Amino acid sequence: MAEIRVQSAPFAYGQEADLFAEGAEGAGAIVTFAGIVRPDHGLSAMEIEHYPGMTERALSAIAEDAEARWQLSGVLVIHRFGRLAPGERIMMVATAAAHRRAAFEAADFLMDYLKSRAPFWKKELRQDGADWVAAKASDEDALSRW
Amino acid sequence: MALDVLYFAWVRERIGLPKERIETGAGDVRGLIEQLVAKEDRYAAAFADLSAIRVAVDQELSELDSPIAGAREVAFFPPMTGG
Repeated sequence: MAEIRVQSAPFAYGQEADLFAEGAEGAGAIVTFAGIVRPDHGLSAMEIEHYPGMTERALSAIAEDAEARWQLSGVLVIHRFGRLAPGERIMMVATAAAHRRAAFEAADFLMDYLKSRAPFWKKELRQDGADWVAAKASDEDALSRW
Repeated sequence: MALDVLYFAWVRERIGLPKERIETGAGDVRGLIEQLVAKEDRYAAAFADLSAIRVAVDQELSELDSPIAGAREVAFFPPMTGG
């Protein structure tokens, strides 16, 4: 059963990874991934907007797809919204499985799908203005791998 | 019928509001867009390039020709950039 959390508050990556590992009974492999606000030159903050309600539904559906494709003993997705400073963690996924390949692949799959199928939008705030981050064709193409 | 129409990211900024209640007789998403575009210039600006618009009907990703009969809410937004 996947755990999905959408929140504005920061999360403790190490602590979440530990708790996830303790709860993933019988797992032989755990993969964790964190996305971070890249401290690009001139970036003062990242504003993340989302669609409350649909976000949780979309993330749950993506996690269910992953659970249907791989034998997983745990899935965790945490994604923040609101204003984040450069260097802050935006999101994390964790997957647990009997063997590493399933855990790696499921984490990769979750990331590919939540990048272009979960209703989040990023805006980069700079001293000289603000721009919505454009979706990349390569992100959409990545879905065809699965 | 009346439904809630929601806007996100630059679609919301161009239209100037996050949500509104719309009375519509449109049968599909495209019909609803045509009705909105006819309303005011700011809608025409937001919907000028439909290839840049994504839509969700009742919080499920949908297409321009998806039916909206009986829907409670329709949301318009740019391609998503999560992760």
